[in-house]
Amino acid sequence: MNETMIVGLLLGSLAAMVPIVLTSVGATISERAGVVNIGYEGILMLSAFFGTIFAEMAHNGWVGLLGGALTGLALGVVHGVITVYLKGDHVIPGIGLNLIGYGGVAFGILAYWGTAGQHQVPSYAQISPLWMDAFGNSLSPMVPITFFIALLAWWMLFKTPLGLRIRSVGENPEAADALGINVELYRFTAVLIASALSGVAGAYLSVDWLGTVTKTIAAGRGFIALANMVFSGWNPLMALVGGFIFGFFDNLAIYIQNNPWLAGAIPWQFIATLPYVVTLIVVAGIIGRARPPKWDGIPYKRE
Amino acid sequence: MSFSTELRGYGKPLAESVLAILIGALIGAIVLWLSGYDAVAAYKALLEGAFLGGNFSETLSKSTPLILTAITFAIGARTGLFNIGAEGAVYFGAIAAVGVTQVLQNPLAGVLSGLLIGALWMLPAAVLKVYRGVHEVISTIMLNWIAFYIASWMALSVLANPNNPNSTLPIPPGARLPLLVQNSTLSMAFIIAVVASIVVYVIMWHTRLGYELRTSGQNPRAAEYGGINPKAAMVWSFLIGGMTAGLAGAVQIMGIPPSYSISQGLANVYGYGFDGIGVSLVGRNHPLGIIFAGILFGALNAGATQMQQTGVPLEMVKVIEGIIIVAVAVPGLLDLFVKPFRRGAQ
Repeated sequence: MNETMIVGLLLGSLAAMVPIVLTSVGATISERAGVVNIGYEGILMLSAFFGTIFAEMAHNGWVGLLGGALTGLALGVVHGVITVYLKGDHVIPGIGLNLIGYGGVAFGILAYWGTAGQHQVPSYAQISPLWMDAFGNSLSPMVPITFFIALLAWWMLFKTPLGLRIRSVGENPEAADALGINVELYRFTAVLIASALSGVAGAYLSVDWLGTVTKTIAAGRGFIALANMVFSGWNPLMALVGGFIFGFFDNLAIYIQNNPWLAGAIPWQFIATLPYVVTLIVVAGIIGRARPPKWDGIPYKRE
Repeated sequence: MSFSTELRGYGKPLAESVLAILIGALIGAIVLWLSGYDAVAAYKALLEGAFLGGNFSETLSKSTPLILTAITFAIGARTGLFNIGAEGAVYFGAIAAVGVTQVLQNPLAGVLSGLLIGALWMLPAAVLKVYRGVHEVISTIMLNWIAFYIASWMALSVLANPNNPNSTLPIPPGARLPLLVQNSTLSMAFIIAVVASIVVYVIMWHTRLGYELRTSGQNPRAAEYGGINPKAAMVWSFLIGGMTAGLAGAVQIMGIPPSYSISQGLANVYGYGFDGIGVSLVGRNHPLGIIFAGILFGALNAGATQMQQTGVPLEMVKVIEGIIIVAVAVPGLLDLFVKPFRRGAQ
């Protein structure tokens, strides 16, 4: 291993942590307010797709991220109305959303671009890197932005009145309600923030990091993000740490697959299981001391 | 409870499921129309492909694995678990059936191997849930991905067909499930799925074990006071669910001509675990409702091939299925539609 490879692996890990951290931070805000959503995988899929369409129309990758956020927001409205206002189950809509995501993107790639299963994002619709070396290693502007968003979310949740209210409706909605806090409004807002962040993460996959839309582009990251949220103890700053660990193994798998001298020793399929195995081990090891918000996933109905 | 009141109790959920299906079809038509397709022609082809003439046997054949994986989810849901790990157990059920029947050329051996490996594959998720408190949605999704890569590797290595790089070794003729309709893909597998549903229904509603599973699903604390061990109930729920999912994978290969083998990239066993979740929700997590919901989803999948000939991508049916599930998740869906009319009548 030489210096370039280490730099490459490090930058690759940073690139891979972006979608996981953004989604984890969003999910943390939503669950702190008491709303579970397992549909982030579907949000990542659909916003990767619609984000690309936005970016191609505007000839600008940043517009793609905005398109991703809007896509996430629209899907968040559906989830929020069902779970917060209609008091529905928190898990079932997400199962539907994930199915719509995988079916819709496979359908959409064929219907919109006429190619089967994959569409290359043209360079004019991609976000240009902040920095790049001669070996193709690069640093996306989304990496520092992600660190900033995680920091901001932590500050918002734990240092502002808004955060206190969000946490109170997830921890004890009855008491919050008695104090005159609009439980439904704060829960709904938290769901929207979460979905929009996940939407940005999805668009990042296509218009920035991977530069392509495929019919399996999310590849389980929506669920890895949920695992990372549990690992982080519902804390955005710890989500950065977990995100880097998951990003590292995600990247290591791709890295080993692309290096024949390593890949020859172990079947690539085994290496591809790494991010998922690590997720399981980490979550199993950490869960004993992780405590979710008390009213996480429970619809709140006024007595 | 008399049979007629029991039947009346099914009325509302049935009406809600039908409404959800209609909403799925309607929004699906809007998506098709917005994407520039002829929705009427697409749906006509879909229905013809699913129900016209001999096509119905294709529908029943396609419903077979879905019924079995839906049972996996339903048993979990009735025990208070969101077990979405059927997908991985399906892969290994198929792998086990192909492997075991190479040695023991007997359909029973294939079926049993599917049941056994399915239960074994669910064990890690059960252990993580009971001993470490890992939420089953996270563990089963991770296990699905792990299963996909390991099963793909096994299909390409240990079970590789030296004469055909695109599939595994076939199930030997002596271990194949007999066809119910000649020149179709409808085999004994469908009967097995229906029997399995009835067996699960009897276990869940007419045995002590089923009572314990359902009680701990409804109220784990009350179950504990009643002398039921909710942890044991969870483990049983995972194991029985794993068995039906493993069975789905096994019969999917043992009963489908002409290849009787697993295709490259697990293509002919992929996705049934996920689709089974929708089937279970539409069937209201009830084994008997699931048989009908399974046939409905089977019809969507069978009709999709014909719909594709009108130019509409196959995956459109997945979008419709997803919308149906979201609609099912809306509580009091029926009331939302019926209430405004009632108020008007008063």
